[in-house]
Amino acid sequence: MATNNAYYIPHQATWPVVATVGLLTMLAGFANYLNGSPIGSTMMVIGLVIFIVMLAGWFTLQAGESESGMYSTQVGISYRMGMMWFIFSEIMFFAVFFGTLWYTRNLSVPWLGGEGTGAATKEFLWPAFEATWPTNGPGKVGGEFEAMGAWGLPFINTLLLLSSGVTLTWAHHGLLAKNRDQLIKGLIATVSLGFLFVAFQAMEYHEAYTEMGLTLGSGIYGSTFFMLTGFHGFHVCVGAIILSVVLFRTSKGHFTPENHFAFEAAAWYWHFVDVVWLGLFIFVYLM
Amino acid sequence: MAAVAEHDHDHEHHDHGPAKGILRWIVTTNHKDIGTLYLVFALAMFFVGGSMAMIIRAELFEPGMQFVEPQFFNSMTTMHALVMVFGAVMPAFVGLANWMIPMMIGAPDMALPRMNNMSFWLLVAGVLMLASTLFMEGGAPAGGWTLYPPLVLQTGAALPFAVFSVHLLGISSIMGAINIVSTIFNMRAPGMTLMKMPLFVWTWLITGFLLIAIMPVFAGGVTMLLTDKFFNTSFFDAAGGGDPVLYQHIFWFFGHPEVYVMILPTFGVASTIIPVFARKPLFGYSSMVYATASIAFLSFIVWAHHMFTVGLPIAGELYFMYSTMLIAIPTGVKVFNWTATMWKGSMTFETPMLFSIAFVVLFTMGGLTGLMMSLAPLDFQYHDTYFIVAHFHYTLVPASVFILMAAGYYWLPKWTGHMYNEKIGQLHFWLSAISVNILFFPQHFLGLAGMPRRIPDYAVQFADWNMISSIGGFIFGASQLLFLYIVIDTIRGGTGEKVTDEVWEDAAKHGLEWTLPSPVPYHTFATPPTLIPTEHI
Ligand code: HEM
Ligand SMILES: [Cu+2]
Repeated sequence: MATNNAYYIPHQATWPVVATVGLLTMLAGFANYLNGSPIGSTMMVIGLVIFIVMLAGWFTLQAGESESGMYSTQVGISYRMGMMWFIFSEIMFFAVFFGTLWYTRNLSVPWLGGEGTGAATKEFLWPAFEATWPTNGPGKVGGEFEAMGAWGLPFINTLLLLSSGVTLTWAHHGLLAKNRDQLIKGLIATVSLGFLFVAFQAMEYHEAYTEMGLTLGSGIYGSTFFMLTGFHGFHVCVGAIILSVVLFRTSKGHFTPENHFAFEAAAWYWHFVDVVWLGLFIFVYLM
Repeated sequence: MAAVAEHDHDHEHHDHGPAKGILRWIVTTNHKDIGTLYLVFALAMFFVGGSMAMIIRAELFEPGMQFVEPQFFNSMTTMHALVMVFGAVMPAFVGLANWMIPMMIGAPDMALPRMNNMSFWLLVAGVLMLASTLFMEGGAPAGGWTLYPPLVLQTGAALPFAVFSVHLLGISSIMGAINIVSTIFNMRAPGMTLMKMPLFVWTWLITGFLLIAIMPVFAGGVTMLLTDKFFNTSFFDAAGGGDPVLYQHIFWFFGHPEVYVMILPTFGVASTIIPVFARKPLFGYSSMVYATASIAFLSFIVWAHHMFTVGLPIAGELYFMYSTMLIAIPTGVKVFNWTATMWKGSMTFETPMLFSIAFVVLFTMGGLTGLMMSLAPLDFQYHDTYFIVAHFHYTLVPASVFILMAAGYYWLPKWTGHMYNEKIGQLHFWLSAISVNILFFPQHFLGLAGMPRRIPDYAVQFADWNMISSIGGFIFGASQLLFLYIVIDTIRGGTGEKVTDEVWEDAAKHGLEWTLPSPVPYHTFATPPTLIPTEHI
């Protein structure tokens, strides 16, 4: 609820328009690229550069304003709400892909195998198909493949992400206790664990493609596997980059026990990515 | 720390007007400017989408092929829907939210003004991207606004552009919704408790939540279309173990709440206007709030009523049939409340009220046909015919669009400080109200008789009603030019009559916005108001 403190309202903003131009160029470039147009990739790169410049500029602006004390408590609450609802939208985004996995495993694949009212269809179209998981469907799309086990790299990655959650909380305690050293060490550990996770995932993908015959094209198993883990991996990258920015700002002396929205937002995001991974480990790798 | 900041802000606030020239509109963070941008953009898109509808009605004027190629005809139905939904109706309500919510809750601006600017420009980017597909090899998407695979995967060069435009529009809507929700939770003036908020604010709070929940779902769905087309995935391909029906589930998990995104703010505006012209408090304020929340909740669990004919398991048919019928209950509560609000009121019939009354009556028509279609066995007859076209047009045109018109007439004097021409307003109303029924009512008959939707040609027995429908369509389309005229005329001075701050008799008892000067200054409620009007409760 509003207090009598004046609420900070910037008068003009140029970065949002730059962001829009960047995004539009990037996506239009990608679409052109997919259509086989030669200008596509150039456009993508230009868009990406605009976007990165925008991120740097916009965040520098916000950080400067925050450090010079322009944000009242109420402004801080708006930012926190914004971040919470953003994470909620991300949860819904992941929910689609988890839902897809659930639907195919429990409904569409069994139907193809003759369950429910699918018996006649199966008899006529795919008499040889047995509904099992993993599967690449009655058309054996993508050819022979091996499913990804849980106890190799994926398990190590689980341990990495879980410990990164702990180091981040440790850093947060450091921030609240005005222990800069602990804050910085905790952040460095978290960021390193994050990037290590990404590196291991890259190794896992490499193995899948080169040794297991498992690709994005390996029927519904390959599709859901790479969509879910890839989308998550992208989020880990983003989270690790955000945390790196927080680390950079910390090294410049930013943040106080009272005023550290950026740290909190990054931490929420990281924990969210962490929890999603647990879901992945259970539903994609274990079950 | 905060005290220092307060100081120089107070300062800037008072002398700071808008930037000069065109740049003002590009870099603005002011909720009124951004509201105006949204509204103007939506009005423009209303005419773009409307022109497409005119092409559709012209082609359907007579049986046989008249003017356009079948492929282009199908592009028109697809693009008409996408432009109207994502370019006209949704942005128009976001525009109203931007303009009115801060003024209604006594806030100085939206909670996140920079993001507000970005939401608008992303909307423009998304619509531009979508419109660009009209000029591409293979034409614009033509498989219907639902973008069902496998059909939509046959789209030519347009496919990735359509997908990315959905992404852009999605990001824009999510940002807009986050902003609105944060504003309502965090920016209310002291004393403006949740249960004192005007219903427009309430309905937008719930709509905002719906948007944040569903736009990512749609984005995820179209992402899978993209990977199925370009990256060899099998999400919607049975050969690889996927299922095209899965896309329909995903789409309608988004799509059904999406239609409520368009109707809930409509309810909010109607609940704001009707009490003022009935000169009575809204009947059943809290039941309106609970009904809105129930409708929003139900909207997440009824989606497969759009899929009765795809071969759902019988348990699914039954479940989705009964849950869909439940929606009629909270909807009925609302219709009852509006009627009871008018009961024994000292009513006057200015243009905003006329549109609102027409909304109550004609929306009920759409609700009733909805109830008919919720019966799964009957829907086998109605599905994919003109009956459903009639259904959703009754819920969208004489409901959402009429209420947007009503909102325009109701708030234009406040925004501009000028009065619109009541005579032309009433003419616009009567032309619209009569022609909209000539346009859509016959479509019920066509649908019941079996005329399928999304086809450029039809059997001769459908000829008469189609011609009548087209005539209604042309009259309706032409009448909307009157609205354009009135808006421009009002901005440029209108009747020349000086409007009071209240504009409408005793309006200040109903809403904070009427306590402000007309036209509204660039910045309002830099200090929160002390008196909270409660007549609307
Ligand atoms: C009492 C409330 C309602 C009920 C019971 C209801 C029921 C239904 C049903 C069963 C269908 C599917 C028909 C079919 O495909 O065979 C449908 C379609 C549709 N409804 Fe409603 N509806 C209601 C209110 C609304 C409202 C308020 C809106 C919009 C503001 C709306 C917009 C639509 C649209 C756009 C479609 C068609 C989508 C498409 O296939 O393109 N409905 N409705
Ligand atoms: Cu529906």
